[in-house]
Amino acid sequence: MVGQLENGQYQVFMALHLIHEVTSPQAFGMLKDKGLKVAYPTRTFATVDHIIPTDSQARPLADDMAERMLQVLEQSTAEHGIEFFAPETGSQGIVHVVGPELGLTQPGMTICCGDSHTATHGAFGCIALGIGTSQVRDVLASQTLAMDPLKVRKINIQGALKKGVTAKDVILHVIRVLGVNGGVGFAYEYSGDTISRMTMEERMTVCNMSIEGGARCGYINPDEITYEYLRGRERVPSGEAFETARARWSSFASDDDATYDDVVDFDASQIEPTVTWGVTPAQAIGVGERIPTAETHTDEELLISALNYMKLEANAPIKGTAIQVAFIGSCTNGRLSDFEAVAEVLRGHHVARGVRAIAVPGSEKVDAEARARGLHEIFEAAGFEWRKPGCSMCLAMNPDKLVGDEVCASSSNRNFMGRQGSSTGRTILMSPIMVAAAAVEGAVADAREVFGLEG
Amino acid sequence: MDNKTKRSGRAVYVPGNDIDTDRIIPARFLKCVTFDELGPSLFYDERFDVKGESKGHPLDQATHVGASILISDANFGCGSSREHAPQAIQKFGFDVVIAESFAEIFHGNCTTLGIPCLQMAKAPRAELAALVQKVPEEPLLIDLESMQIMFLNQSFAFSMKPSTREAFLAGTFDPLDELLAQRDAVAAVDARLSV
Repeated sequence: MVGQLENGQYQVFMALHLIHEVTSPQAFGMLKDKGLKVAYPTRTFATVDHIIPTDSQARPLADDMAERMLQVLEQSTAEHGIEFFAPETGSQGIVHVVGPELGLTQPGMTICCGDSHTATHGAFGCIALGIGTSQVRDVLASQTLAMDPLKVRKINIQGALKKGVTAKDVILHVIRVLGVNGGVGFAYEYSGDTISRMTMEERMTVCNMSIEGGARCGYINPDEITYEYLRGRERVPSGEAFETARARWSSFASDDDATYDDVVDFDASQIEPTVTWGVTPAQAIGVGERIPTAETHTDEELLISALNYMKLEANAPIKGTAIQVAFIGSCTNGRLSDFEAVAEVLRGHHVARGVRAIAVPGSEKVDAEARARGLHEIFEAAGFEWRKPGCSMCLAMNPDKLVGDEVCASSSNRNFMGRQGSSTGRTILMSPIMVAAAAVEGAVADAREVFGLEG
Repeated sequence: MDNKTKRSGRAVYVPGNDIDTDRIIPARFLKCVTFDELGPSLFYDERFDVKGESKGHPLDQATHVGASILISDANFGCGSSREHAPQAIQKFGFDVVIAESFAEIFHGNCTTLGIPCLQMAKAPRAELAALVQKVPEEPLLIDLESMQIMFLNQSFAFSMKPSTREAFLAGTFDPLDELLAQRDAVAAVDARLSV
């Protein structure tokens, strides 16, 4: 915290600033217009993810505008002395995969990035905020942001998850219950024994979609799992310095007697593998449930427009809905453990005829580790294409897009109309193993049944 | 007219709750290195079919051409943090957005660009939207100081986030100069965190 502004907002220092090619080139232009320099270039790191093709990344990129965006990022970072994790350096990847895996993301930091899924980094006990381009400019020029205080809602999740139920199902369930605007004005702090048992990668999946619930950011207290994840990472101090850092990190956890503006309790044992049926992430149901009707949905207009767009019927089972595309990847579910979980069940199965299935590692490091473990071969043997790292089909700013009204079983985070690149394309969000099950069946399916995970 | 505290113009109502940033500007239009050309892509897939033919969206109705005030429903601007969304709204010609509620990042982005986001309760906002549809040629008069909209001799109250309203009244909605003024204090924080 630096101080208070005239309008009552606070000026907050940003310990780490991450940038990518979509929301940042314009900010460098704004700096130039004002004759400003980057104040703390060593606190900003860049990667390229949204526009990078996942088939060939040979330069120049086939898409002229994509090439230009990449060039502007290259030039701007070089000019201002900002480290850029370019393709083929071994460090490139989706910004929210790269930060944690390099150990740039550390407990207690304030982190921002021109990307709403910055909430991901909250899994480390960080205040991590998605910002607009003018704010990217503010941070480049001053390393600070103007902010209003946030209320905190504790999302307390207790109990054991059923087999086949993942972190993705947990967050889809939370958003289903609290709504896409339920979190407006709040930071979501996830806690409870279900969260404490989760790995860092699972916690990142949960925090990642906080923004889909309307929350400004997501947060989980740092603990031993956090510190052990960070130990030995490239940008984390080692030896004695690690122990010093760890002692400092553990001082950032919220106290047991902290007070909250709101508390919501969830029973993890009640959560089913969850899939969306509509055009917002809150329009979700358990895979065994039926699509809502006017009686069971709170907003009839939204229901009708969503069903019209999705070409689905009220009260129909979601299971069995035919899919044409399967996508595993994104900043929500593009980490090593996501591909490991799928590889474990996918062996011996094959993608259904007529389904285009792609697996896109979240970073070059994820790709390398997956290859070292032979995971790519399991995916390829099952009929998936194993691609190069990038945002890929999550938002279709690259060649990976739906065609016409194709239905995509997707491990990404948004099922908005047109999100995956076709104005009539349809997205059904689910966990990676549920995507694999849908790919194998050619239709939305219960992974527990397809892969015999019961009991 | 004092443009810090007052706005006026004709309005257009774009109905729908949870209108997300991908609907405001689809991702495929985000490929740009400046925001200058984004205006025409505003609500593109809502306005045009796959052949590029107009679907008769409110924005394209003759009675609303030239409108500078956008009215919508609840949770407007949810989804991405992309400033492309408010930039497209601004470049299209809007300088005020009225809704029942706003997504936060979108709200913040609008503020920095100088677009006030006015919140109105459901019933009066619906009444205002209905009146605008009936008499689209009549301008609204908006006063940020008194937080009132005058339309057809009727007065409608709205609310604003206090810090946002303060920033508009003081003309400091773009905080950069204020942030830069604290260089020394910022350097002290940087030094403390760099130990």
